[in-house]
Amino acid sequence: MRTIFDYRKRSGTGGILPKLDVPGKGSSDLLPSQLIRRSEPRIPNLSEPEVVRHYTALSKLNYGVDDGLYPLGSCTMKYNPKVNEDVARLAGFASIHPGTDPQLAQGSLAVMYDMSRLLRSITGMADVTLQPAAGAHGEVTGMFLIKRYFEARGEVDRTRILLPDSAHGTNPASAAAAGFSVTEIKSGPDGLVDLNELSGELDDTVAGVMLTVPNTLGIFEENIVKITAMVHAAGGLCYFDGANLNSFLGYARPGDMGADVFHFNLHKTMSAPHGGGGPGSGPVAVSEALVPFLPVPRVKRNGDSYELDWDQPQSIGSMHSFYGNFGVFLKAYAYILTLGDEGLRQVGENAVLNANYLQERLKKTYRLPYDRLCKHEFVLTGKGIADGISTLDIAKRLIDYGFHPPTIYFPLIVHEALMIEPTETESRETLDRFAEALEKIAHEAKEDPQLLHEAPHTAPTRRLDQTRAARNPILTYPFEAE
Amino acid sequence: MRYIPNTDEDRREMLTAIGRSSISELFDDIPENVKALFQPLGQAGKSEMEVRTELEAISRKNEAGGAVSYLGAGIYDHYIPSVVSHITSRSEFYTAYTPYQPEISQGTLTAMFEFQTLVCELTGMEIANSSMYDGGTALAEAAMMAARVTRKRRLAVSGALFSHYRRVLDTYCWASGIEVVEIPARDGRCDFTQVPSDVGGVIVQSPNAFGVIEDLSGVKGDIGDALLIVAVNPVSLGILTPPGELGADIVTAEGQPFGLAATFGGPLLGMFATRKAYLRQMPGRLVGQTVDADGNVGYTMAAQTREQHIRRQKATSNICTNAQLCALTATVYMASLGGDGLRSLAELNLQKAHYLAEKLSDLPGCDLAFDEPFFNEFVLRVPSDPRAIRDGLREQGILVDDPERLERLGVSNALRFAVTEKRSKEELDRLADALGRML
Amino acid sequence: MGYPANYRYTEDHEWIELDGNRAKVGITDHAQSELGDVVFVELPAVGTTLNKGDTLGTVESVKAVSDVFAPVSGKVVEVNSELESTPETINSDPHGKGWIAVIEASDPSEGDSLLDAAAYERLISEEE
Repeated sequence: MRTIFDYRKRSGTGGILPKLDVPGKGSSDLLPSQLIRRSEPRIPNLSEPEVVRHYTALSKLNYGVDDGLYPLGSCTMKYNPKVNEDVARLAGFASIHPGTDPQLAQGSLAVMYDMSRLLRSITGMADVTLQPAAGAHGEVTGMFLIKRYFEARGEVDRTRILLPDSAHGTNPASAAAAGFSVTEIKSGPDGLVDLNELSGELDDTVAGVMLTVPNTLGIFEENIVKITAMVHAAGGLCYFDGANLNSFLGYARPGDMGADVFHFNLHKTMSAPHGGGGPGSGPVAVSEALVPFLPVPRVKRNGDSYELDWDQPQSIGSMHSFYGNFGVFLKAYAYILTLGDEGLRQVGENAVLNANYLQERLKKTYRLPYDRLCKHEFVLTGKGIADGISTLDIAKRLIDYGFHPPTIYFPLIVHEALMIEPTETESRETLDRFAEALEKIAHEAKEDPQLLHEAPHTAPTRRLDQTRAARNPILTYPFEAE
Repeated sequence: MRYIPNTDEDRREMLTAIGRSSISELFDDIPENVKALFQPLGQAGKSEMEVRTELEAISRKNEAGGAVSYLGAGIYDHYIPSVVSHITSRSEFYTAYTPYQPEISQGTLTAMFEFQTLVCELTGMEIANSSMYDGGTALAEAAMMAARVTRKRRLAVSGALFSHYRRVLDTYCWASGIEVVEIPARDGRCDFTQVPSDVGGVIVQSPNAFGVIEDLSGVKGDIGDALLIVAVNPVSLGILTPPGELGADIVTAEGQPFGLAATFGGPLLGMFATRKAYLRQMPGRLVGQTVDADGNVGYTMAAQTREQHIRRQKATSNICTNAQLCALTATVYMASLGGDGLRSLAELNLQKAHYLAEKLSDLPGCDLAFDEPFFNEFVLRVPSDPRAIRDGLREQGILVDDPERLERLGVSNALRFAVTEKRSKEELDRLADALGRML
Repeated sequence: MGYPANYRYTEDHEWIELDGNRAKVGITDHAQSELGDVVFVELPAVGTTLNKGDTLGTVESVKAVSDVFAPVSGKVVEVNSELESTPETINSDPHGKGWIAVIEASDPSEGDSLLDAAAYERLISEEE
């Protein structure tokens, strides 16, 4: 791949910025000489057409939701509505500086206030912070809130977080970031939290449990109310990872299941785009007991106007430089306004229907370790398709059929996992074509395994050597010595 | 619903295929008593046109929209070249996920690799990650890393840090059990003689919260094993000596000035660069160069074993999403301006800020608060109530920072001004006139 | 690849070769094949004192990290620093040149409770 550093060093450049229109001085008159840069950064000077063609060419090496099915399990790669992109660029929102006097930013504050109201209602919980900039950021915010809660109660010995082995991959690191230690809870043979195992761990050193609902197998924790009651009875709090909210929209609310903390991934459930890995938005909803600890500032309504409230003496502080990823939750806000109750319910229904339809068909070809009603996603294994064929081979071959591969090798409790989440924005026709491709691949695996080992064949590159990148990391452009 | 392609007939046939008679059966696994408590929003859906009209109306309630802004403190009003949004609006970029499948993600990966290189070139550091949430969390992650590297639970922090940086830093340090010791600012700069001897890191910002460029030469030599962490304004590095040449161990920045709209403070762009020796201790995603099966150069995520999905509770950070599209924005911005353009940009900011500073300090009773070098932001001491001045300017469509922010940093009767290339001579003169009339 | 009869093995897929109180430690062929291409090895500092079960080091592949635990208590007296530049030796010769460290065992009898080659091979065939 060509980078901008591979272009000749100088072409038609300049002209973006105006000439200096005030009387200028030499920079050495304005700054002491030791502060002035002597080394030139090696950044090329390219003409506008070269820049545009370079990045347009790069874009064509990518695969996005607009290109086709993107069935990454737990990532909810649904269609990103275009109107949301347009409203997020409205100058009246985009130009507002975070330090603007709140009186002059009433529009932005109104969005924040109303968005919080909507998210409170969707969760059935007491209050919401919009600060977290991503799901993992929401998780760490939630962990900080739990830590502060127990500090305030003087229960400093509660230092353990219980984590089912079917929970999201980020969870252990988020718990550790708040200084908690992690105890893993094994799943039972049905893929659900083993209640005996859980009760055996619940004691007065437990700060809480982090649950993914539905879990990463796509299975709804049927005992969820029992689980949260057990944790509460032991004095602990219940954290819900909300990455999989898409699967029960319109049917249930985490607050009604006993959640104390719930984080959204608005870039999953609420259709904001993933951007190739961010920016996201991970608001956190909390139960009444945790409200005093929410990050500052909070948006408050005072009569007809909105203000920022900094006076929260028990708050954990701030999690973000300002108020969170406004431009991202604005897109999610437009989406929720568009959907309304009826639309939200249809999203949940069609996401679950699509997943079950695909599961039913594919389990005839691929082994389905937990064969039951799924929610928005399900997990197959690539094991046993053919000798010497790995899930990675299957995934890479899918690229040749024009699909993005599913999440692979996760969750860890299924060997050679293929975790598939179609979302509600895919048609039955697309699901059929995808299933057909996976069926053909299963056949190819037996007939022509080399075809899979060497896949992809039609992608912009052949299989990349990740071992080489890991053993000898080249993390910046290797400029030739000048 | 226009985002759902399946028809009622599709749904009926699909239900038959899975042996269910109704959609609601698909939710039989959710406990009845939970479903019984469900309450809707009480809100009907809206057409695209209605949503757009409604949001346009709300956006117009932001009265700051048309004003001339001198607000800064990390977020600046820079010109955004047209090229930037045309590239970042390409849906191949913005509708993609994290590049876990490198063969169909070379666009994102190559741009990430370019971004890492650009950050290193600007900061004078050896390695940089592919971005973090914002400048505040990047600085907090730097603090965590310093504690990890030195195994010390105490950090020294300059008293001349932006207050939003400090708030985020304090929150993360509290949660990690790291003690924060403030180094007082004296005459507008960090007083490095006050750094305690037993800290794992020294955190300083330059230009600092007063706009003053800190003199970092010699600091690294005086702080022993502690890591020197420097938060910078990346625009200033077009003209200022990069911290990497002054002994910095970690450099962080808020990358918003490079082509991102302010958008009420988010999404932003955290930049994070360090020394190669600390590769295994650094947080955030990294992209590395490799080859494909045919021997062609390509890019893939590298050093992933530091990250949360593999190392779990022992990861260097819990971060997984970064701010990729914002990093792409900054990459396209830097590529558009080029090395020469970034230097001109810095020069324009420097010159215009000094022009304004000179004009304002000529006004009766006004003076620069600190006789120190500055870049594009400075603090002016004023002879009357700064709040009244701020309010008066606001009535004339001119925005300046809330003086309370400076008061919290120990500087009273003063106003902070940020000046970018966007402020014309006419606007600068108008500000000086307006202020002059108020005194 | 065979499992040397004179080695002892742990359930965490490590081997030790005891010579008096010197215990040479590595990971088994089974462990390296599960991990895939090893890209990095973190070695302990010589002189570190460890209790049985403490983390001795880590072995990393592209997408996995595996802790190496001390199979016996004692002091680290030697480490295989060759692995820093050629971690792939663990893949090519896990039971030989791919050794990780030598521990001077404070109680060599701790090794008695470990598995012999036959028992270890049974263990991995059960895991399959």
